[in-house]
Amino acid sequence: MKRFLLIFALVAVQPLWADSNLPPAYWSDRQLPNPRQEAQAQALMQEIRCLVCQGQSIADSDAELAGDMRDLVRRRIAAGEKPDAIRAWLIQRYGTWISYKPTTEPAAWPLWLAPFGLLLIGAWLVRRRIRLRRGA
Amino acid sequence: MSRAVRFAPLVFLLAIIAALVWRLATPVDSNVHSTLEGKPLPAFDLPPILPSKPALSSADLATGRPHLVNVFASWCVPCVTEVKVLQALKERGVPIDGIAIRDRAPDLADFLARNGDPYERIGSDSQSRVQISLGSSGVPESFVVDGKGVIRFQQIGPIEASDVPMILSKIEQAR
Repeated sequence: MKRFLLIFALVAVQPLWADSNLPPAYWSDRQLPNPRQEAQAQALMQEIRCLVCQGQSIADSDAELAGDMRDLVRRRIAAGEKPDAIRAWLIQRYGTWISYKPTTEPAAWPLWLAPFGLLLIGAWLVRRRIRLRRGA
Repeated sequence: MSRAVRFAPLVFLLAIIAALVWRLATPVDSNVHSTLEGKPLPAFDLPPILPSKPALSSADLATGRPHLVNVFASWCVPCVTEVKVLQALKERGVPIDGIAIRDRAPDLADFLARNGDPYERIGSDSQSRVQISLGSSGVPESFVVDGKGVIRFQQIGPIEASDVPMILSKIEQAR
């Protein structure tokens, strides 16, 4: 039992090793003084995907790398850079994977066309229903 | 109801199960690869972290010979075993430079004293900025950079002893 507990404790403590000893970057958890810029930064951070916790945005993630990316986004916005330019800079490095905003690349066409396809199927079903009723 | 229609839900279920089993057996590669492979290294100029080690800038990597740039940290567990493999690569004549992510000088000095030091230069990236500009998503990662400063190959995760021939051939190709 003791050995089991020891192993369990070792397993439980693992994630602690995965972080550095340095404090978070300055702008990682601090709002920009200019509310308009902070709003721009927030909107962008909600749409940039965290590289560590891959289902989260960098605005939601507690990973250190996400903190450093928030710092990078806020710094660049404060320096006057446009959010779209920052997104493009990140896509240049990590591919479209990094952005949650759907692209217009051919790979995303089914996504854009799906609503119309579903509407057509719905219309067909309704039409059939009405016909059946009339028939009965 | 015809026979085919009656069995349709069962066939549908089996198709879903087959898809799930297939995805479990061959998981998706969740690594995020840098899209800078084949492109020039972004310009950077990192400060030194240890007094005994020269700092690292992108200019130090465009010197006419290929380099292996290792993105690592003293707080990274897999880096401990990787550094021994890097030592072996160094003995085979591969120049190795390091980018230390979010590291402190005493921690790094301790790490190198304990595990060996294959690095010619080490730059300190205390806020992961160069790491992000390289399209790197974690530690450890390594980049093969050719003599003109072009990224030729990205290794995600530690270089294992079994990867040594592969890395050597990548370095050879970058020559």
